Amino acid sequence: MRLSILYNIFARDFKKQRKRMLLTLMAVFWGTMSIMLMLGFGEGLKRQLTARQKGMGEGIVILWGGQTSIPHQGFGRGRRIHLLENDIAYLRNTVPGIEMIAGEYIRWGAEIKYKEKVLSERINGVFPEYRELRHMYAEMGGRMINHYDIDGKRRVAYLGDRVKERLFGPDEAVGETIYIRGVPFLVVGVMQHKMQMSSYQGRDEDVIVIPASTFVAIFGDPYLDDIVYKPVSTDMAPTVAEGIERMMAIKHKFNPDDDRALSTWDVIESQRVFYNIFLGIQIFLGIIGALTLLIASVGVANIMYVSIKERTREIGIKMAVGGRKIYILTQFLLEALGITFFGGFLGISITYIITEVYKRIPLESEVLDFMGKPTISLEIGLIVAVILGIMGILSGFFPALRASSVSPVEALRYE
Amino acid sequence: MGTPIIKMQEIKKVYKTGEVEFEALRGIDLNVDNNEYIAIVGPSGSGKSTLMNLMGCLDTPSLGRYHLEGQEVETMTSNELAEIRNRKIGFVFQAFNLLPYASAYENVELPLLFSGMSGRERRRRVNEMLARVGLSDKLANKPTEMSGGEMQRVAIARALANRPKLILADEPTGNLDTKSGQSIIAIFDELWKSGHTVIVITHDTNIANNCQRIIRLKDGVIDNGNGRP
Repeated sequence: MRLSILYNIFARDFKKQRKRMLLTLMAVFWGTMSIMLMLGFGEGLKRQLTARQKGMGEGIVILWGGQTSIPHQGFGRGRRIHLLENDIAYLRNTVPGIEMIAGEYIRWGAEIKYKEKVLSERINGVFPEYRELRHMYAEMGGRMINHYDIDGKRRVAYLGDRVKERLFGPDEAVGETIYIRGVPFLVVGVMQHKMQMSSYQGRDEDVIVIPASTFVAIFGDPYLDDIVYKPVSTDMAPTVAEGIERMMAIKHKFNPDDDRALSTWDVIESQRVFYNIFLGIQIFLGIIGALTLLIASVGVANIMYVSIKERTREIGIKMAVGGRKIYILTQFLLEALGITFFGGFLGISITYIITEVYKRIPLESEVLDFMGKPTISLEIGLIVAVILGIMGILSGFFPALRASSVSPVEALRYE
Repeated sequence: MGTPIIKMQEIKKVYKTGEVEFEALRGIDLNVDNNEYIAIVGPSGSGKSTLMNLMGCLDTPSLGRYHLEGQEVETMTSNELAEIRNRKIGFVFQAFNLLPYASAYENVELPLLFSGMSGRERRRRVNEMLARVGLSDKLANKPTEMSGGEMQRVAIARALANRPKLILADEPTGNLDTKSGQSIIAIFDELWKSGHTVIVITHDTNIANNCQRIIRLKDGVIDNGNGRP
């Protein structure tokens, strides 16, 4: 085989049969692009929702005091169980498998003043562990409440990013003094913006956080509003929950089988449900992707198929004037590979451009925010292009193989 | 006369369609010498085209021996056959068989591409051949933009491109009007006079009588001996 011969034939026919090549190329391009875009947006949505899901904290359980429903040790039913600050140390010492545990105090609608601005906001009295448990990380140049603040009952405040907007607008907040119930507090940090899908007391972006000790000193709350804890692993969660229930039953004197005495929200469980739902969505998208791929394949095969008659004659003519089988077949193979390559390349490139442009659209909308950033996968693009290419080869190359394997007369006679 | 250009012995061709076998050629013995001008005539289904396709190496015989310029054809590989078709034989079809997407120039160039001729030489040769059939002004025309007579002349130019000795034409005027047909036959006459061996299948007795020798086929055998006058 001489490459120059092959090149001459190929280059010439490629120019001449541009229309059909372009159509096939478009089919490969379109298939690759639509599948990549769909799966890309699906992946983006998943990442966004996952990030939101983790916004409140990962692998945590929230515990509230309840009311007894079973008489126990001489106490009647209907007794309120209140969570105490010393429950924290008690549980940490008696229940194995707790990685982190902290309580919090909540005060709704406290009066906040900064300069001339007066607002009514939610105040949380928290412990330093809260930062990790609830993913409350401070923006650069600020910090979260630490144990020195607790020990010294310092009057320092950490603001959710939306509260900060409301009070300060675009101005710097850290270092400023705000008044909570007329008591001056130094702002030490502002929360990094985070996406939060679930909450049990309103979103963290709307809260003002102060040290628990300071909170008790100012508001005088005797009881914790809730306790948040995180087991060392999600597998440990049921054991830890049971241990806490049992130890709390001893300390607070309620029947350990009384499921009303304490109430819990197992975020781990709801996260598992969420992941399953999302797995379902991904399977759904995968099926749609497979169907799109099928349609694109049929498109490629169809274009190839309708030209079989014309191309079989073409092969007959070429063989009749002395074209060797190898030149003819290599030409068809090169065509199919070229179409796959350029179609796939085009599909992947355009998809990339579309997603990049989309990411730069400065639209502030709840829906777009939920969509997240489309995350395209090069592997998927390559797989799609290769599958479509194989379709092209199967539907273009094999008829050519058949045509070039019979005598030129038969190829010319093909109807 | 030297070696005959075509020497066929006991050539048979059987077509199979499922269970049915059809014997298109039932034992052909034929010698063709250099620079003969032969007409093959006979009713439809007598095996004219089959014989022509075998001569042109477009198809292979089921039985028998075929020597083309002393070379044994029936044992050749498909590549060797392609080479023979490319260099030694110019084939003209009734249905022209031009590439529909290619211009006259490109159609004539096709066999030259397969023989690996250099670009400059190709250009010279294509122009020469198209001039020879009187189509120098239609180089860029596609088959759809030409008359039947013009298409057949392009096909002849293509058949001549590699300067083969043997020109085979399967009813070259079958799809043409009388006048175009005459001009095509005039080209064949001229080719014969310039030293080519020309074999034409025809229904037209005028064309047949114009030839040097007539071979009559009937039911897959030659009906009139060797057809020499």
